[in-house]
Amino acid sequence: MDASTWVPTRTPPNLLARLFDYKPFLICVCLAPALGLLLVFLTYPLGLGIWLAFTDAEIGRSGSWVGLENFDSLMEDRVFLNAVWFTVFYTAAATVVKFALGLWLALLLNHHIPFKSIIRAIILMPFIVPTVLSAIAFWWIYDPQFSILSYVLVDVLHWRDTYIDFLGTPWAARWSLIAANIWRGIPFVAITLLAGLQTISPALYEAALLDGASPWQRFRFVTTPLLMPILAVVLTFSVLFTFTDFQLVYAITRGGPINSTHLMATLAFQRGIPGSQLGEGAAIAVAMIPFLVLATLLSYFALARRKWQQGPENE
Amino acid sequence: MSDTTATTIGATTEPEGPQLLSWDSRARRVVTIYVPLACFLVILLFPFYWMGITTFKPNSELLNYKDNNPFWISSPTLDNIRKLLFETDYPRWLTTTMAVAFASTALSLVSSVLAAYAIQRLRFRGSNYVGLAIYIAYLVPPSILFIPLAQVVFQLGLFDTPFALILTYPTFLIPFCTWLLIGYFKSIPYELEECALIDGASRLQILRRITLPLAVPGLISAGIFAFTLSWNEFIYALAFISSTEKKTVPVAILTELVQGDVYHWGSLMAGALLGSLPVAIFYSFFVEYYVSSLTGAVKE
Repeated sequence: MDASTWVPTRTPPNLLARLFDYKPFLICVCLAPALGLLLVFLTYPLGLGIWLAFTDAEIGRSGSWVGLENFDSLMEDRVFLNAVWFTVFYTAAATVVKFALGLWLALLLNHHIPFKSIIRAIILMPFIVPTVLSAIAFWWIYDPQFSILSYVLVDVLHWRDTYIDFLGTPWAARWSLIAANIWRGIPFVAITLLAGLQTISPALYEAALLDGASPWQRFRFVTTPLLMPILAVVLTFSVLFTFTDFQLVYAITRGGPINSTHLMATLAFQRGIPGSQLGEGAAIAVAMIPFLVLATLLSYFALARRKWQQGPENE
Repeated sequence: MSDTTATTIGATTEPEGPQLLSWDSRARRVVTIYVPLACFLVILLFPFYWMGITTFKPNSELLNYKDNNPFWISSPTLDNIRKLLFETDYPRWLTTTMAVAFASTALSLVSSVLAAYAIQRLRFRGSNYVGLAIYIAYLVPPSILFIPLAQVVFQLGLFDTPFALILTYPTFLIPFCTWLLIGYFKSIPYELEECALIDGASRLQILRRITLPLAVPGLISAGIFAFTLSWNEFIYALAFISSTEKKTVPVAILTELVQGDVYHWGSLMAGALLGSLPVAIFYSFFVEYYVSSLTGAVKE
């Protein structure tokens, strides 16, 4: 039954119906499930996590307050410092390439091409499929003995003489992980930026064309400024999710070889759950918060800037 | 083999494209648009092709590139899939994953609809702040929550039960769905509700009979997105579930099928393929809704 065919029937108001029409009560009822779940399983654990970071809790033993001891020991822990460094590097390298390629793909898709919607649907596949499952496929692609990439480079193109040990040495493993992350991230960037591109009025391009603007000038002075607000939001999300990435690294290398590819999230997991040092794991997780706050503030100011561009009357 | 050669051609010729204005526009279009696009498609899809082809390869072909073309199968076999379905708990993991995904999606959708309706339509003092708080909740990633959440789950006696997942997945589903639905409710004219109010309908009747039917596309978008997100979830399922038969597909493949030093790539890839298929099929029916929710969430 839709809105146009609905004929109201008057029911005699009973007590329950009147209670549900009492606005404050109704608001509480409506907000209760969502806020209840979020408070119990998000806000409370967030606070608990910060508390745990200052205790020596272990699995099955609630710890006592130890002040900054966890952070002190972490600051001298080479593995942790290496994880912080690699997390920043991983995020920066993956984000730059993801956005360069994603923007290029979005610009390609913004042309009139046949089967556009099918292509768009196919492009999102890496984003839809569970990350761990595609990570396993990458693990197989990176196999030291039977890697298809090595096969192509050595036996088909004859560019190399030996098979590449993708996951055996620290730097090769780092770049392999970054490549896998880029592969997974491109679709999200491309599709969201494409949506941003489609909101740009063609009239602006026509006007620029009439003024004799070259393709580069049209991109630089029409596309870029109008795409900025959405770009900033997508960037924030992308940085946030790349920085806290867990699945790819856990599935492909588990932090190896010799702890060189640990992200902060995987290190927190390793210390906290299998290593049962809950306090130390929580401290590593808490150490991610400043970075995340920075990314969120970036998003806030980008949004504020968009409001400023659109004028105050546009909400 | 063709994909890497194609990539290099695309990479070297594309930047020159715009300068060669003397070309007829069709050839130029091919080089600047279709060739790079084809490279993107090949690279983005290659891992799936590889997953699929490995699934149906017998072991002799899988580990011998010298005598066989690795990009093709000469004698396809269903052995890997048979092994997966009948010698492991795979069907069980699949049904668990499906049940958890449906339950958490349903739970999140109901809570999000009510919350979004309260925030957007019942408008109260501070409703904007509640909306903002829910948005900020979306920015809290599971990787910083799983350690304390493990303790909460343990204290509530939910550890190693499906409810540990059904109740924790909404923490990242509700913020997203609520935010999406607030945007959707905004697009429904308020006058429709006013008319119904004047006709004597109660608030709940309005929600059920007017707002919800009009918001069905938004509900589908939110539902499909929530479903794929919960199917994808890994870290909570890894941390909160310990017994083999209760694991979800992504966790089970990684922890149960990978054992020892000899990897059975055939069955691993079969597991990855079968685990991806349901969500891919589900997605293919609702592509437009999915894309609109993805882009809508960013634009809001």
